[in-house]
Amino acid sequence: MLIYQHSRNGRRAQAQAPAQRPEPAGIPERFRRRTPAPLPQVSELQAVRHYTRLSQKNYSIDTQFYPLGSCTMKYNPRAGNSLASLPGFLARHPLAPATHSQGLLACLYELQEILKEVTGMAEVSLSPAAGAQGEFAGVAMIRAYNDARGDRERCEILVPDAAHGTNPASAVMCGYSAREIPTGADGDIDIAALQQALGPRTAGIMLTNPSTLGVFERRIQEIAALVHQAGGLLYYDGANLNAILGKVRPGDMGFDAIHMNLHKTFSTPHGGGGPGAGPVGVGERLRPYLPVPMVGYDGSDYHWLDEEARPQTIGRLSAFAGNAGVLLRAYVYARMLGREGMARVAEYSTLNANYLLRRLREAGFDAAYPERRASHEFIITLKRQARELGVNTMDFAKRMLDYGVHAPTTYFPQLVPECLLIEPTETEAQEELDHFVELMQAIQREAEDNPELVKQAPHRLPVRRLDDVKAARDLDLAWQPGRQDAQ
Amino acid sequence: MSDTPTDLRYAKSHEWVRDEGDGTATVGITGHAQEMLGDLVFVELPEVGDQLKAGDDCAVVESVKAASDVYSPVSGEVVAVNEALEEAPEIINEDAFGEGWLFKVRLADPAELDGLLDAPGYDAMLAEEA
Amino acid sequence: MPFIPHTAEDVQAMLSAIGVADLEALFDEIPKGLRCGELEGIPPGLSEMEVGRVMQARAWEDGQPLCFIGAGAYDHHIPAVVWELAGRGEFYTAYTPYQAEASQGTLQLLYEFQSMMTALTAMEVSNASLYDGASALAEAVLMAVRGNRKSKSKRVLMPRSVHPAYRRVVHTIVRNQGIELVELAFDSASGQTDLDALADHAGEDHAALVIPQPNFFGVLEPVDELTDWAHANGMLAIALVNPLAMALLQPPGEWGGAGADICCGEGQPLGAPLASGGPYFGFLCATAKLVRQMPGRIIGRTVDLDGKTGYTLTLQAREQHIRRSKATSNICTNQVLMVTAATIHMALLGAEGLERAALACHANARRLTQALCELPGVEPVFSGPVFHERVLRLPLAAGAALKSLAAHNLLGGFDLGRDYPELGDAILVCATERRSEAEIEAYRSKLERVIQAQVQTPCQLKPDW
Repeated sequence: MLIYQHSRNGRRAQAQAPAQRPEPAGIPERFRRRTPAPLPQVSELQAVRHYTRLSQKNYSIDTQFYPLGSCTMKYNPRAGNSLASLPGFLARHPLAPATHSQGLLACLYELQEILKEVTGMAEVSLSPAAGAQGEFAGVAMIRAYNDARGDRERCEILVPDAAHGTNPASAVMCGYSAREIPTGADGDIDIAALQQALGPRTAGIMLTNPSTLGVFERRIQEIAALVHQAGGLLYYDGANLNAILGKVRPGDMGFDAIHMNLHKTFSTPHGGGGPGAGPVGVGERLRPYLPVPMVGYDGSDYHWLDEEARPQTIGRLSAFAGNAGVLLRAYVYARMLGREGMARVAEYSTLNANYLLRRLREAGFDAAYPERRASHEFIITLKRQARELGVNTMDFAKRMLDYGVHAPTTYFPQLVPECLLIEPTETEAQEELDHFVELMQAIQREAEDNPELVKQAPHRLPVRRLDDVKAARDLDLAWQPGRQDAQ
Repeated sequence: MSDTPTDLRYAKSHEWVRDEGDGTATVGITGHAQEMLGDLVFVELPEVGDQLKAGDDCAVVESVKAASDVYSPVSGEVVAVNEALEEAPEIINEDAFGEGWLFKVRLADPAELDGLLDAPGYDAMLAEEA
Repeated sequence: MPFIPHTAEDVQAMLSAIGVADLEALFDEIPKGLRCGELEGIPPGLSEMEVGRVMQARAWEDGQPLCFIGAGAYDHHIPAVVWELAGRGEFYTAYTPYQAEASQGTLQLLYEFQSMMTALTAMEVSNASLYDGASALAEAVLMAVRGNRKSKSKRVLMPRSVHPAYRRVVHTIVRNQGIELVELAFDSASGQTDLDALADHAGEDHAALVIPQPNFFGVLEPVDELTDWAHANGMLAIALVNPLAMALLQPPGEWGGAGADICCGEGQPLGAPLASGGPYFGFLCATAKLVRQMPGRIIGRTVDLDGKTGYTLTLQAREQHIRRSKATSNICTNQVLMVTAATIHMALLGAEGLERAALACHANARRLTQALCELPGVEPVFSGPVFHERVLRLPLAAGAALKSLAAHNLLGGFDLGRDYPELGDAILVCATERRSEAEIEAYRSKLERVIQAQVQTPCQLKPDW
């Protein structure tokens, strides 16, 4: 039932609104709303019960194993939440003067420093609100760099064909065209194709390392040298930073600009789809162009660095300082991990991934890149099952839900047919991984003996498989008051 | 035995053209294209009066899993669009080469048709891609 | 190492199963020269208690000054229930609803959100959020340029009465796509968009006109005239609104003859705490005709195999993960947790509660204006009607005044000197429903002292040489 169906005229949560209803003296009639907005009218308890029950229909990290590849669904420490919500931070207005923000600014400054250290970059801006905004900032900085040098010929950004869709989309938003570079059969980018594509039109290349295929781009230093020689810059998509945190630094690999996904690597909560945070780091060349605001420190006080302090900045990406509350959560996480903990993230996430990969292969599943080490994630392909049993990846994923596990990422990267991109993360215990192998084996047996069961899955969830063709064809995007549809 | 109609010409990007013999031509997408897209949910058509050049992206066919650009195989002025597709985009899935036509143009240069693939040529291309 | 469940035995067993001797072997594909050493710049790890100590000291340091600043972020009452529910693990630690059947909680909630936003704005469709109001305005501009069938123009009329930070953000986001923002003056008497300045652009080719309500100065714009003018001149009308104000004021779907085409704004007043500037959320609504141009995630209602109602992400073919370089936007993760809170907030308050909160804000803003304007040299700058903010001129330098007030733990307002130097010593003050009479009086008396200290009576004694 929708919240609307609990509505009764005149019902409301009285305790939550002022008792008075003063006349708006000073607002002429013609500006006024003529009829009240048709919002639900429910009691406080009805709202509580309704939304509590809704929450119980969700799969989440707190309740299920969630090996969603490329999303790093690790445990979200609650300390982050309670400490970021301390009244001094939570009630603070974004435009409060620096004199009344030293505590906050100290946290943000130290986070900048930690992220610099961990990524090997020269300077960091925390302001982008998510990975995609960070990518936009990164490509915009490359553009600003070339514009400042008067180099208008560079109009292409190279993107591997395995790249996440945000990469080419971000390139286009910055006025570039995206040119695809193929990946070789071994999972590394095709260097010969790269060399052909490089030239005076190349502004840069966007790479993820380890790549979206779950393997480390072994010739990265060579790639960096080739791109730099051609006059292009390297952008690092930090979505997979969890695989190398504390082991390898993007700055050392030769990247000129990077973004980090704090809601992945730094364990800020995914929230059902955000808010995230996408700080960007740069090498020396791009420092002047970093988005504002940033935090500076003069030895005794912290202060904001805005457009005046950074005249060549690409500008501001949000009205205030980005997702400050998310940044504080990331700061708490980073302080709890500390030096030793940061170095272990890659070790344990990689251990879990390689263990799970080995056990799944022993159970008869096909790895997309069997000769390669898994990074913190890996790809299993079900194309044999699709061909022989008529049961595809979507079917397997839906049946996994019946077994109480959130399915891994399906159909990404698009390069590998019938793929499952599996990322266990470092916070899962061995038993959880073993259980996952067992349920994969169970589904495989079902696919052989009773394929319909798998193809019709899920069976145990609040709804069965949904008709997404109807959803797109007969668009129903908002409930209108007075609708009589059966629930 | 191929299902590809022999009275049509084809572009490499999976559009077909039928020469109506009166200076106009009808354009649509092939059976192969609609199969790859899956159930169509929406079609965005050009407007009557639009001037197209061969190779221009002029329409979009959208399914749940993709939104594909349609490139005009020929140059000319759009003289009609298939309005039935607005309510029922699935007509393309049912009858891509017939009722699922997208638009008609007044041919600016009929010789362009000769540069397109014939049915066997299109089938050969499909076989190569597979 | 916190949050890692592995014992030494677990690690050994797993390494054996993989067939390697140690953890190092798992990184053997990485060139040795790339391996970094110890991260010396990072301090050692802290327990939860220890990091708590650090954070408490810092939060305490910043105090909780009394807040009379608005300027895009507002101190409203948020029912206790809102964050108790939004903080439930099932909402807090879920991710994007890619497996719809396992995410019906979030998906249904987002559908309810979309419904409530269309109700509040009287628009036909809404998406499931963008990052914040400023980036939502940028996306609205991009959408208008894409979606205006009658105009190929890449020029958009942008009033100076729109939030200065928003204008900067839009510029950052759209400039590399060749889109030009054409500035429109405001009337110095009323504070509204100058209709004469607007008339100068009649007959020119622009894709859209941005219409704020209220505008950055708190002033109410003549939205019907502006919307009709935009349409008469072949432009789309982009409404930029305060969602709380929409419970009280005429919503964009009803502006002018045909209503606004696109509506966007900052959702923070609906359940998001001030939180030092974020996370907030941007909302974006439109006419049904423009739905396919809408960026970001959109939830649709459908049925399952048994005909039972369910909710799912829809129109994904426009988004980056499918359309890639031709996507409507590059946005992926949005601000769903904030939307969760906003939906619960709107359900709790309802139209009546939101309207009462809005009325209380307006009444408090009037009280504040009256109280402060009793002081010598303090006067309102604009004559136009306002929602809950006002521009006041001071008899002393705005920066110095605000600094003195801050020293008394009171944030008096936003200094307009940098963005609107022509207004002189002017500040933007705000009073929400949370400000009590005692607090307003405290502001008045502190400002009185500050003014007196600056504008001292000259000494009557003259030296006798």
